[in-house]
Amino acid sequence: MLNYIASLGRFGMHLIQQYGQAGVLLSRTLLRLPNPRKGFPLVVQQVYAEGVLSLLIIIVSGLFIGMVVGLQGYHTLAKFGASQELGPLVALSVVRELGPVVTALLFAGRAGSAIAAEIGLMKATEQLSSMEMMAVDPLQRVIAPRCWGGFISMPLLTLIFNVTAVYGAYLVGVKWLGLDAGAFWSNMQASVDFNLDVVNGIIKSIAFGFVVTWIAVYQGYYAEPTSAGIANATTRTVVYSSLAVLGLDFVLTTMMIGGW
Amino acid sequence: MTHLIDIKGLSFQRNHRPIFSSVDLTITRGKITAIMGPSGSGKTTLLRLIGGQLIPGQGTITIDGQVIHKLKRRSLYQLRKRMGMLFQSAGLFTHLTVFENVAFPLREHTQLSEAMIRNLVLLKLQMVGLRGARDLMPSELSGGMARRVALARAIALDPELIMYDEPFSGQDPISMAVLVKLVHTLNQSLGLTSIIVSHDVPETLSITDYAYVISDGKVIGRGTAESIKHTDSAQLQQFLQGLPDGPVPFHYPAINIEQDLIGETR
Ligand SMILES: Nc1ncnc2c1ncn2[C@@H]1O[C@H](COP(=O)(O)OP(=O)(O)OP(=O)(O)O)[C@@H](O)[C@H]1O
Ligand SMILES: [Mg+2]
Repeated sequence: MLNYIASLGRFGMHLIQQYGQAGVLLSRTLLRLPNPRKGFPLVVQQVYAEGVLSLLIIIVSGLFIGMVVGLQGYHTLAKFGASQELGPLVALSVVRELGPVVTALLFAGRAGSAIAAEIGLMKATEQLSSMEMMAVDPLQRVIAPRCWGGFISMPLLTLIFNVTAVYGAYLVGVKWLGLDAGAFWSNMQASVDFNLDVVNGIIKSIAFGFVVTWIAVYQGYYAEPTSAGIANATTRTVVYSSLAVLGLDFVLTTMMIGGW
Repeated sequence: MTHLIDIKGLSFQRNHRPIFSSVDLTITRGKITAIMGPSGSGKTTLLRLIGGQLIPGQGTITIDGQVIHKLKRRSLYQLRKRMGMLFQSAGLFTHLTVFENVAFPLREHTQLSEAMIRNLVLLKLQMVGLRGARDLMPSELSGGMARRVALARAIALDPELIMYDEPFSGQDPISMAVLVKLVHTLNQSLGLTSIIVSHDVPETLSITDYAYVISDGKVIGRGTAESIKHTDSAQLQQFLQGLPDGPVPFHYPAINIEQDLIGETR
C-alpha cells in the first residue's frame, strides 16, 4: 500500500517535471530569436517540410470528408424536406469543427511524428552535441525553425482543408444529387458568419498547431537516444497530440459558444 | 600563462558511479597532450567536461582563465568558437553533403563570401584527403572517411584548441600515418593546442609532448612521451604494452564469474 502511494507520488513528480521541462524548452526556444537573415530561410524550409509536404494528405482527406458529410447530410436533411440547407450544414460543421480538428490530427501523424523522429535521431547520433561544440545553439538552429514552421503551417493547412471539404460536398450535393447550385451557395453564404464561424475555426487551428508542434519538439528533444527511445517518442507525439487536440477542442468550443 | 587548461580536484559521477575522483591535470598551450586509458575509463567524458557539456560534481576546470562551468551561455558559446572537437562517433549532419558539413561552422560564424568559403572548405578537405568526396552524403561514407570529414569540420574555423576523440581509430595504415602527420603539422604550423584521446599508443606517443594515462578515475601516469615509456609502474607498462594480465582490470566491475554463473538472480 505504502509502495503504491510512493509510486503514485513518483509518477506525479515525474509528470510535473516533464511539464516544467517542456515549458522551459518552449520559452527558451521562443526567446532566443535567431537572427532573421539566417533564421528566415530555415523557417521557410520547415514550412515546406511540414506544410507543403502535408498538402496531399490534407487535400485528399478534405475532399473525402466533404463528400461523406455531403452525402450523409443530404439523406438526413431530405427526411425533413430541408435538403436545401445542405450548404450551411456542411460549411458550419467543417469550418467550426472538422476542419481544425481533422487537420490537426493528420498534421500530428504526418508532420509531428516526423519532427520528433528527426530531432531524436539527431540527438542519438550526436549531431546536436557536435552543433553545441561548434558554438551553434541547437535550440535556435534546429528547434526554433521547426516550431515556427508548425505554427505557420497549421492554420494554412486548415484553410485549405476547409475549402476542399466544401468543394467535396458541392460535388456530391450539386453535381451528383442534383441540388440547385445557387441555393447551395447562397444558403451557405447567408448562414456562415465570418467572425463567429471562420475566425473561431482559425483560432482553434492556431491553438492546435501550437500544441502539436510543441509536443513533437519536446518529445524529440528529450527522447532517449536509442532506437526504442525514438520509437517511443514518435508514438507519444501522435498519441499525446491527438488527445490534447480533442481535449482542447472541447474547451475552446465551450468558450466560443458560451457567449463570446 | 603557459597552461591553457587547468583542471583541479575534478570529481564526476554518472548514475552514482564515480568516473573521476579528484583528478588534477593541465594542458600546456601550444603542445600536444595525449590522454590515454582503458576503454570506459572516462576519456570522452573528460573531453565533454572540458567542452562544458557536462558539469563537474566537484573541482574546477579553468580554460584560458575562465571557469567553464560557471560561464553564462553567451560567454560559453564565445569560448567554444575557439575550440574544435572531433567526436568519437563523427556526428556529421546527415542531411548535408560533405562539403556543406565542413562549411557549416564557417557559414554560422563568419561573413565570408561564397567563393572564400568554397576555397577554405576545399583546402580542409584536401588536408584529410577527401576533396573528391565533397558531394557525397554522410550515409555514403565509410566510418573512417566520416571521421576524417568530421576532422576537417573541427578545424574549419582554425580553433586554438582541438580535442580529438579517437582520431586514428578505423583508419588504414596509410590514412593513419597521414592523420598522425596532419595532427602534428597543424599543431606546429598554426600553434594550436591539441588534446588527443587515443588507444593507438605508439602512433600517439610519437607526436605527443606530454601524456596522461587515466584509469579507475585517477591519473595513473603522467610525463613526456619518453619518460612515460620508461616508467616502471606495473599499471602503466601493462597498458602501454597491452598485456592481458596485470593490475589494470579488463573487465567492467562485477562479482566473480563462478558466483555469477552458478547464481540464480540476474
Ligand atoms: N550517457 C551516459 N550515462 C551513463 N553512464 C555513461 C554515459 N556515458 C558514459 N557513461 C559511463 O562513463 C564511463 C566513461 O565513459 P567514456 O565514454 O568517457 O569512456 P572512454 O574512456 O571514452 O571509453 P572508450 O575508450 O571506449 O571511448 C563508462 O564507464 C560509461 O559506462
Ligand atoms: Mg570514448
